[in-house]
Amino acid sequence: MPLVRIENITKSFGKHRVLDGVSFSIEAGAVKVIIGPSGTGKSTLLRCINMLAPPDSGKIWLNDVELTDKKTNLNLMRQKIGMVFQHFALFKHLRAIDNVALGLLRVKGLNRTDAYAVARKNLLKVGMQDHGDKYPAQLSGGQQQRIGIARALAMDPLLMLFDEPTSALDPELIGEVLMVMQNLAKDGMTMVCVTHEMGFAKSVANEIIFMEGGHILESAPPQVMFNNPQNERTRSFLHKIAELYGESL
Amino acid sequence: MSFFQVLPRYLPDLAYGMWLTIALTFIAAILGFILSIPLVLGILYTKGIVRMLSRLFITLVRGTPLLVQLFFIYYGIPALGIRIVPFTAALIGFILNSAAYQAEYLKGGFMAITAEQMEAGYSIGLGKWQVIREIIFPQAFRFAIPALSNEIIYLVKYTSVAYVIQVPELLSQAKFFASDTFFHLEIYFLIGVVYLLLIWIVSKLSDNLERKLYIPGFDVSHLR
Repeated sequence: MPLVRIENITKSFGKHRVLDGVSFSIEAGAVKVIIGPSGTGKSTLLRCINMLAPPDSGKIWLNDVELTDKKTNLNLMRQKIGMVFQHFALFKHLRAIDNVALGLLRVKGLNRTDAYAVARKNLLKVGMQDHGDKYPAQLSGGQQQRIGIARALAMDPLLMLFDEPTSALDPELIGEVLMVMQNLAKDGMTMVCVTHEMGFAKSVANEIIFMEGGHILESAPPQVMFNNPQNERTRSFLHKIAELYGESL
Repeated sequence: MSFFQVLPRYLPDLAYGMWLTIALTFIAAILGFILSIPLVLGILYTKGIVRMLSRLFITLVRGTPLLVQLFFIYYGIPALGIRIVPFTAALIGFILNSAAYQAEYLKGGFMAITAEQMEAGYSIGLGKWQVIREIIFPQAFRFAIPALSNEIIYLVKYTSVAYVIQVPELLSQAKFFASDTFFHLEIYFLIGVVYLLLIWIVSKLSDNLERKLYIPGFDVSHLR
């Protein structure tokens, strides 16, 4: 059984239908990369998966728990779904290590000693062990994003969602974040990433999902998607991305 | 008899008046702050009756003169058969008044926090009120400190209004002194200086609090 099943979800903001019947499933250990033009519901889809933006209709399952069921305790389920935000969304009044430890203390109910031990371990995973005492404002974008990843990882999630994790970063800071994500994928973490980093998509993803207009137009393994896209829209989008980043796909 | 010859005889009274002014200010500031928290949370994070009542309270307090409120409490409540001494009446008035204003200032702090902070809190499994307590409030409070300290400064001066409902605070004592001795100019100048000093102390305390709670990224260093 897949780790996550998404069945025909829709979501509208006002009159604008952002997701128009999206279905797919995520096997444990899979890395899926969602691409597509902006405003086509990629981020909304991610935010549906952890119910930050509950879909209007359709169903989402994490293992055998239906997240879209009103009776489901979302706070309990969300800790199993890590989320990394485009603008990092670190808790600005807390030091890096406190950001990572907060969920362990308040959600998992660990005592201080254990929580901070786990937090330190996760800082190490993202190479931020020397910066635990700093406040978000004292860190670079890449460092903040790595703390964001550590914060999500600390909860020991079954699944990690990445919402354009490198879009807000200076080019020279992107690499350090992608490296952490690559290592995570190598360790077998299940990941869904919205990103324009095609190099990452090519080397790490099992599947590329192309979205447009609230639909999944095409999904395929990277070698198929990049070498022989079936859909005309996919082809022109990939072409534009290739032009922009100057790499031959 | 010069001013400085008569002053010592009245000093205990004036000191008592100052003490009442200080007591009114600080009790109202602290209890007002405590009361302002459910008010602002009621407005921002609840629906239905709680939100409506919070709004109604703030509208009533901000929409009517302080003097009317004090008269209402001091003369109105005894009409219901409950005895109330001037100090208590003034204190109730100032607490309610300050709570409404502090709630508004806190609201400004809350509105400076991005929605992403809330979502990030949810994303690690915190519940709504946990996010508010652990993440939103500590940040909102820091943003609101300058406005809140301004409110306490106002409060120091507002307490002089309590004189009209017979609270023997600083201004009342000055008035007694003046009508006894006719040193109007001198005594009002003197208590003006006392008010100034009290307010200087409040602003120093607020600066200290701001320094103590200082966190990089929450400063106004671009203004210095």
